[in-house]
Amino acid sequence: MGDIIQNIQGIPLNHYLIFCSVIFAIGVVGVLIRRNVIIIMMSIELMLNSVNLLLAAFSAYYGDASGQVFVFFVMALAAAEVAVGLAIVIMVYRNTKSVDIESLSKLRW
Amino acid sequence: MMELIWLIPLIPLLGFIINGLGQYNFSKFVVGLVGCGAVLGSFLLSCILFLQVFQARSAGEDGTTVFHLFEWISVGGFDLSFSFLLDPLSALMLLIVTGIGFLIHLYSYSYMYEDESFGRFFSYLNLFIFFMLLLVLGSNYLIMFIGWEGVGLCSYLLIGFWYKNSSYASAAKKAFVMNRIGDLGFLIAVFAIIATFGTLEYADVFAQASQFPIGDATLLLITLLLFIAATGKSAQIPLFTWLPDAMAGPTPVSALIHAATMVTAGIYMIIRSNILFTLSPLTMQIIAGIGVATALIAAFIAVTQNDIKKVLAYSTVSQLGYMFLGLGVGAFTGAFFHVMTHAFFKALLFLGAGSVIHAMHHEQDMRKMGGLKKHLPVTYVTMLLGTIAIAGIPPLSGFFSKDEILAFTFESSPFLWGLGFVGALFTAFYMFRMLFLTFFGKFRGTHEQEHHLHESPAQMTIPLIILAILSVLGGIINIPSALGGGHWLANFLSPIFAYSNSRVPEVHLDHNTEYVLMAVSAVAAIVMAVLAYHKYVKKADVPQADGVAQGTLYKLSYNKFYVDELYNALFVKPLNALSKVFYKVVDKSAIDGVVHGVADFISASGRGIRQLQSGYVGFYIFMIVLGVAAIMLYGLLNI
Repeated sequence: MGDIIQNIQGIPLNHYLIFCSVIFAIGVVGVLIRRNVIIIMMSIELMLNSVNLLLAAFSAYYGDASGQVFVFFVMALAAAEVAVGLAIVIMVYRNTKSVDIESLSKLRW
Repeated sequence: MMELIWLIPLIPLLGFIINGLGQYNFSKFVVGLVGCGAVLGSFLLSCILFLQVFQARSAGEDGTTVFHLFEWISVGGFDLSFSFLLDPLSALMLLIVTGIGFLIHLYSYSYMYEDESFGRFFSYLNLFIFFMLLLVLGSNYLIMFIGWEGVGLCSYLLIGFWYKNSSYASAAKKAFVMNRIGDLGFLIAVFAIIATFGTLEYADVFAQASQFPIGDATLLLITLLLFIAATGKSAQIPLFTWLPDAMAGPTPVSALIHAATMVTAGIYMIIRSNILFTLSPLTMQIIAGIGVATALIAAFIAVTQNDIKKVLAYSTVSQLGYMFLGLGVGAFTGAFFHVMTHAFFKALLFLGAGSVIHAMHHEQDMRKMGGLKKHLPVTYVTMLLGTIAIAGIPPLSGFFSKDEILAFTFESSPFLWGLGFVGALFTAFYMFRMLFLTFFGKFRGTHEQEHHLHESPAQMTIPLIILAILSVLGGIINIPSALGGGHWLANFLSPIFAYSNSRVPEVHLDHNTEYVLMAVSAVAAIVMAVLAYHKYVKKADVPQADGVAQGTLYKLSYNKFYVDELYNALFVKPLNALSKVFYKVVDKSAIDGVVHGVADFISASGRGIRQLQSGYVGFYIFMIVLGVAAIMLYGLLNI
């Protein structure tokens, strides 16, 4: 356990920050520009996991376990979200024969 | 027995509730039984209480008892209890209100029998009796004020009883609005009394007030406000025009409310507060001036009126003016004496007029009557007695009461006496004119009306007979010492005026002066009666139809001095114009502008903002990202 912490601390915290920001930004851009629902969900996973990584890194650096507890919460949440989300995607596909998010634009003024 | 005093107002209230709730279900007999029975119950209780007060007074006590019912308002140092005051004055008023009230209820049973709203009528009458009893019995100004407002309300309801006729409804409105002006004066006076004395209980207020110097400014203000209240309720200048219009109500209402009881509330209130007024000589002078002016003007108007009820209405205003004249010159007992005798003979005259109207199938114009003497003998005899009484011909009651007022006036100011005397001449003339036009000469109505002429049933003639007896004998209670009488009423009421008499010496009239005054007014009244007989019976002069050219004085009198037109031009029209301005500028532009503006703004902004809800999920997410970025930027800048 001590090794892992030392290994993590071997990399400067700034690197983690930059790396996670990049991954998060990729996730955001993915959500914004892709129209395939599956890929949007993957992008959301990307954002969640980038945050997970950052939480773990801070937790290791400051020797505080609560960050890792948060990671577990986020994972559980992500699993639930995917289960519900995929179910919705399947229903959408059955109704519209498409997984294009633009097809869901009926709910407007 | 005395503890049951709270039953006196309660019984008519119960009668009101029962008749009010059951008016559509009860038969007319039940309604009449409840309505008359409630007032009869109150009357019997009042008689018992009066006897006890009478015994106490005979035994030399002051006969004053306060019945504490419950604590009502208790705020800081200010306590107000709901309590009743039984003293010689309120005991006599109880008898008048419930006694005459009962007779008029009995009369109404027959008079209103054909009316579709029979139950409603009796419930209103009972409610009126309830409020009038509160007014009379209250031991502080606030309870009197409740009664004061309540009788105003009942007066409104009963004047507008036939509300389907819009001119009757507006007469009711006029009475109500004019009364409100006076009521405002009463309310401010109540506040001023609290501010000055810290209490509203009569006993405490009068005890403190009797220590004030004569002509104190605070007392002047309070008494002037109370007098304004009295001018509204008792129809004095400038607030008298509602009373003649109030004749729109059923005739028993005119007899009960607008002749015998409610309109004397102002006089009762001033007699009750006599110490305040005694210490404000200026107010007393104003009261005497207004009183005599009202007495004269109303008598002058009454001379040319052709509607039998209008004559009686102006006569009432005029007689109330005499009572105020009496108050103004310090003849409190005389004023109250006149309240009592007036209640007898004016109720009698109104009920007699009602009997005539009943027989004539709701014809009130005296030009279409005449010769009713042989068709309505009981009505004729009783009304003749009432007319003699009001004209002031001895030895009927009106002679004594009017003469006492005029004698006191002469002592205070011969000029005022002269005006009052002229008014008395007019009184004798117009009353006999009314009597002769109605009962003498030839019948001037249609054949059909003549065919249906009939004497009224017993329920209507019995009250007439009782009231006629009272009108004849009423003077006995206060025969002046000049005629060998005992001044019973003055002695009976003396505890009420104890404070006043301790500050201002009582006026003692010289017997010789009194004999001369009596002789002059009695002879003058008889002369006027003969004059009226000569003009309306011998010459059979019938008033001309409307529109025939007449002299200036006649026109002035016939058109009631154009007071209604004057008030219309001075108050009603400017107020209407003002409300039109408010309607068009303030309401339409400003208030509606704000209301519509808010609505327009909301819908316009909704029209703009709804463009954001495009339905594209990508756009929503983009907005979310922008929002989160903005929040983070804000957080960064504020670190």
